[in-house]
Amino acid sequence: MTDTGTHADTRTGPDTVVATGGGRVSTGTARKVRWGIVDIVIVVYALIPVLWTLSLSFKTPEAQTDKKFFPSEWTWQNYKDIFTTNEFVRALINSIGIALISTLIAVVLGTMAAYAIARLDFPGKQALVGVSLLIAMFPQVSLVSPLFEMERNLGLFDTWAGLILPYITFALPLAIYTLSAFFREIPWELEKAAKMDGATPAQAFRRVIAPLAAPGVFTTAILVFIFCWNDFLFAISLTSTTASRTVPAALSFFTGASQFEAPTGTISAAAVVITIPIIFFVLFFQRRIVAGLTSGAVKG
Amino acid sequence: MAEIVLDKLTKRYPDGALAVSEVDIEIADGEFIILVGPSGCGKSTMLNMIAGLEDISSGELRIDGQRVNEKAPKDRDIAMVFQSYALYPHMSVRENMAFPLRLAKVDDATVRQKVDEAAKILDLTQHLERKPANLSGGQRQRVAMGRAIVRSPKAFLMDEPLSNLDAKLRVQMRTSVSKLQKQLATTTVYVTHDQTEAMTLGDRVVVLRSGLVQQIGSPQFLYDNPANLFVAGFIGSPAMNFLPGTLEEGRLTTGLGSVALSDRVRRLAEAANAPREVIAGIRPEHFEDAQLLDASAKAEGSTFAATVDVLESMGSDKYAYFTIEGEVATSKELDELAADAGSADVPASGSQLVTRLSAASSAKEGEKVDVWFDNDKVQLFDPSSGKNLTYSE
Repeated sequence: MTDTGTHADTRTGPDTVVATGGGRVSTGTARKVRWGIVDIVIVVYALIPVLWTLSLSFKTPEAQTDKKFFPSEWTWQNYKDIFTTNEFVRALINSIGIALISTLIAVVLGTMAAYAIARLDFPGKQALVGVSLLIAMFPQVSLVSPLFEMERNLGLFDTWAGLILPYITFALPLAIYTLSAFFREIPWELEKAAKMDGATPAQAFRRVIAPLAAPGVFTTAILVFIFCWNDFLFAISLTSTTASRTVPAALSFFTGASQFEAPTGTISAAAVVITIPIIFFVLFFQRRIVAGLTSGAVKG
Repeated sequence: MAEIVLDKLTKRYPDGALAVSEVDIEIADGEFIILVGPSGCGKSTMLNMIAGLEDISSGELRIDGQRVNEKAPKDRDIAMVFQSYALYPHMSVRENMAFPLRLAKVDDATVRQKVDEAAKILDLTQHLERKPANLSGGQRQRVAMGRAIVRSPKAFLMDEPLSNLDAKLRVQMRTSVSKLQKQLATTTVYVTHDQTEAMTLGDRVVVLRSGLVQQIGSPQFLYDNPANLFVAGFIGSPAMNFLPGTLEEGRLTTGLGSVALSDRVRRLAEAANAPREVIAGIRPEHFEDAQLLDASAKAEGSTFAATVDVLESMGSDKYAYFTIEGEVATSKELDELAADAGSADVPASGSQLVTRLSAASSAKEGEKVDVWFDNDKVQLFDPSSGKNLTYSE
């Protein structure tokens, strides 16, 4: 969305030139064409695999390897198959539950931490920020084995909490970073003004600072949700049954109708299904991410 | 409405820096008091201490006779107008103004009535449903004022509320602030670095310099009787002229020649034990083109001849600038003022003299002119302490 916005901006430049100097019409058109081609290339590059998966999900098992972009025979069979298996439905519920809970906790904790980092001067602030950055950079794969052992000893293995905890841990640095950038943008005087107007610190935060930080909170929520939703490494390592297996992990356990048949169709259908919540999530929150919400707060 | 008493109020930062040092001010109920001084003099810190946004290191702050040092801003019942206005951008003008009332859990009908009332006073009625982003600078400033007045607080605190407006609007808003304060008769503490605002708005002016009170008094008194060089140089525009001089047997010798002081000035200087070396201060309006005066008037002052460097005609008067050869008056206070005005780096040979002559003067740039000054209006300062040697209550 923002891409098209910037392209439109760059186009207005030459257009205004056209009005004054007739000789530059061709330059303007050439520029438009050039940008058009670049846009198309990028869109095709990004969408072809997605469309291919979509196409596969509508193909019959026999047609899976026919190398045609459009299915010659459309079928809903793959979708029916995945929703009739208890395994996939259960995984979908796990995915939605785990991702939502992790997002909620990470965003709430991240908001508080980011607010403190942006506003307060406390001993060890730099160390805290540094450590949280370190966590974000730590290769997750090296933590899988110790986590596996720890969770088994603590009885967290193969539970929702067993996934939610590491998700929060790895999402928090991201949340804190994104949010503290947003908090820094909010003029501090607004908080002072709220205090003078009779607000307690909690009221000032809830009624003045939080609404202004909302775009940041939504952006962070989207990022964290996508991170949790897409994770495969923890999902495959820290689960063993349908009790907590999420969709990315469950997909790898799909089997074909016979042992000689690859489950391509059903995997494609499942992949399409799990993309839908992400699209909804982004569309729902995107409308709330309004840039420049703080304009008009201070001077002019 | 309330009286505010600052009793030896001190602000010391953890790194040891002293922002405000033992300030004693008694602000009467309904009084409009101005805190003025160059940047970094501690005036905003003082305001924030009264507001409760900064802790008080020592001393006591009393509002209506009650110690409020430990009270949170919300429990002090005072409203503040910020330099940046600090309007809540996600709320409409109405919601912005209603915010303090909503926090105080006032019922909806009263909120509505009070906001409408304030909007009427401030001429904001037709903008009530708009968001701050869609308002002009002057309108935003009025919303900020509105938010302060709706809940009828004990006192208003204003932190350079007009400094973000353009010059013309500032003059207009200055008069409306003054009118509003008289109408509401609420105790007001107003911080500014603009000495015109200081002179025109307040009942009393407090001049601050690096956290210390220099002088408190009515604007006119401060103008006529500055306690020291700092106040003399800060109050008045164009600023007072300072010339180094020597005092001998009732005669003052400066770059303008040797003049006999008036009896009044001589007596005051003697009473103050004036040293030999002094700094003489003369305000620009105490000069006049000698040609425009008759002999008897001329006899009450002294005349010198000098070449006009620059002449600025303002229509109503003419400002003539001269260069007086010789030493430049130096003191800590004057250096500080020059640094604040940003003129410290301007190279100058000799000291510059600004005079305000009547519009009828025939002075021309580059030509010699006879200039008279009133030697009863000369003020003498001690160069080492900066004290006014001709100060009279």
